[in-house]
Amino acid sequence: MPTSETIRKHTILPLTRVEGHGKVTIHRNGDGEVEQARLHIVEFRGFERFILGRPYWEVPVIVQRLCGICPVSHHLAAAKAMDRIVGGERLTPTAEKIRRLMHHGQMFQSHALHFFHLASPDFLFGTDGTAASAFSAPVEQRNVLAVAARHPDLAVQGVMMRRYGQEIIRATAGKKIHGTGAIPGGVNKNLSLSERDALLRDAGRMLAWARGALAIARDFTMDHLVELTPFGSFDSNHLSLVRGADGALDLYDGVLRAVDKDGNRLVDDVDYQRYLEVVGEEVRPWSYMKFPFLKKLGPEQGWYRVGPLARLNTCSFIDTPEAEAARRTFLSLTKGRPNNVTMCYHWARMIELLHSIESIRVLLEDPDLQGEDLVVTGPRREETVGVIEAPRGTLFHHYRVNRNDEVTLCNLIVSTTHNNEPMNRAVTRVAKDHLRGGDGIPEGLLNHIEVAIRAYDPCLSCATHAVGGMPLIVELHDADGVVVDRRVRGGG
Amino acid sequence: MSRVTFTIDGKTATAEQGQTILKAAEAAGVYIPRLCACKDLVPHGSCRVCSVRVNGRIQAACVQIVTEGAIVENESDEIREYRRNIIDMLFVEGNHFCMFCEKSGHCELQALAYRFGIAAPRYRYLYPKREIDLSHPDVYLDHNRCILCGRCVRASQDLDHKNVFQFVERGCRKRLQVDGEALAATDLRVTDEAVASCPVGALMRKRVGYAVPVGRRPYDEIPIGKDIESPGEE
Repeated sequence: MPTSETIRKHTILPLTRVEGHGKVTIHRNGDGEVEQARLHIVEFRGFERFILGRPYWEVPVIVQRLCGICPVSHHLAAAKAMDRIVGGERLTPTAEKIRRLMHHGQMFQSHALHFFHLASPDFLFGTDGTAASAFSAPVEQRNVLAVAARHPDLAVQGVMMRRYGQEIIRATAGKKIHGTGAIPGGVNKNLSLSERDALLRDAGRMLAWARGALAIARDFTMDHLVELTPFGSFDSNHLSLVRGADGALDLYDGVLRAVDKDGNRLVDDVDYQRYLEVVGEEVRPWSYMKFPFLKKLGPEQGWYRVGPLARLNTCSFIDTPEAEAARRTFLSLTKGRPNNVTMCYHWARMIELLHSIESIRVLLEDPDLQGEDLVVTGPRREETVGVIEAPRGTLFHHYRVNRNDEVTLCNLIVSTTHNNEPMNRAVTRVAKDHLRGGDGIPEGLLNHIEVAIRAYDPCLSCATHAVGGMPLIVELHDADGVVVDRRVRGGG
Repeated sequence: MSRVTFTIDGKTATAEQGQTILKAAEAAGVYIPRLCACKDLVPHGSCRVCSVRVNGRIQAACVQIVTEGAIVENESDEIREYRRNIIDMLFVEGNHFCMFCEKSGHCELQALAYRFGIAAPRYRYLYPKREIDLSHPDVYLDHNRCILCGRCVRASQDLDHKNVFQFVERGCRKRLQVDGEALAATDLRVTDEAVASCPVGALMRKRVGYAVPVGRRPYDEIPIGKDIESPGEE
């Protein structure tokens, strides 16, 4: 058992800047072996507190301010919850399809942003002879400007795909960021024919580019399978919504399903209004973020992953043809069993990108989008849960609203929280595999850790790839707190 | 009725005898920004956003009667700066979060801020602790957004013939008070003129928020004052 005199602690701070400022601490014993590595989300947001006392119809508009990358997820999760408050959860066809279109627009732009702007430098520069591994390219190449210089066609595609998704959001929510389209019981606008036609014009090109992005992710994974398979990887459970009737991938609505590492169903066909019967949250003293787990298995065994990888592992199929074919290829890698390779998140994400643009094309051709019946209401309720599959994973919103229309309870479990334990495990695995011996901090460790985190959540991934380089500080302290080694990167 | 002649920003105009400068300017196609002034309500002269320089003196245009030969400055740099400061102070004195306020796009205070190019206030936010009264079945009162313009006070008394609202305290402690323990204890009805009179998001009908999509809200397409300045372009 190491004593405090022998433990050394590295701190990576700040890890990132978006949504939650993060840091990583790595504890090593006297022999230089990694004892433990932890990801800390050190920012306190307070939304669950300051929403209390506000009228319920404000909630979908307020809570989306949690995030600037995927605010639509919070907007829709809260709106779905408030649908039940006003008794309007059985939306009109127009309202549901407008919301689904909005959500696919967001999924498309968010996945494109992550892949092209944040993750692609790892894929594009790791194998050109300048890097020792698939993702240890020189720091000056690990940003979107380098992508623009070396692969201008891809850089343009990334910008234009993101723009397309944002245009869908603007057409359905009124604004590209932080709109007001979803209101309790429905939506406040339909899609005009001119808006539809403008979006249809570019849909074919977006589909072609999505196919190309998927090919990059797939080929990179297959070409570097030996290196990627163990990288930050571990067996885990997986959780997501799936379509109630048939288990299809459904990003907007459905029932809860969880599988174990072998694909055995741990939770199936559970109405998310009963999520508290299924999911518990553990508090640990060193983190502001809770650790969710499946109650059936307890905190030690019940943690799980969410997001694109989890969704492909839980769903029975995808209801759009090209994405379904891609899913089958993806699953053939693991012979039909769940894929537990952390770096395969990227491939899974691009399959979802393809699914979203396929779904957008189908929705745009649907005349229901021009319907005039936008809102329904029914008997009031006082408690409600709204769940949606956000780009990064399952998102829970739980509220109580009293008879005066005042919010009296708010509990949000966001994707990053579900992935708390998995990201900690990924960080630990990478640190143990790549940080060995000596007092110093090996070159490349920082990016290796961030590559593992980036696979899960772009909110925690922009540090390395930000223009000019995000400031990243690693300090090695001795037992008395004296800094014995320090590296500073970026900040320019 | 006899008429008087005056100039506003160098433009000669005529007005009815006894007309306020604000109304006279409006008739001449000149918009004078205002918050506490409202059609059908007796002018109050409290917000001072309509301040103009009349024959060299600063006056509130909503209560000042236009006189023969008056020289009115409305769009000078000095007056604009004066008004901008008032609007700035109204923002920092309350808790105005336009980004999620359901009055956004319908709000006269926000529309004026856009007109004056106010991206962010120049003064420090005070972040006062204020209450929200959701007790009434159909209307709510959010004191965070109240700018003490007194429109609801006057509308309740003069148009609804009730006495639901009143000001209490003075100076920086001044606040709006309802005639009862809470809004639910008053005889306010959702159809009262007082409810419709609020220029900001303080006194609001319940359960209708965000019904108008962004882009189609009143001030999304027609900036405040445009209806007076260029009525044909509405």
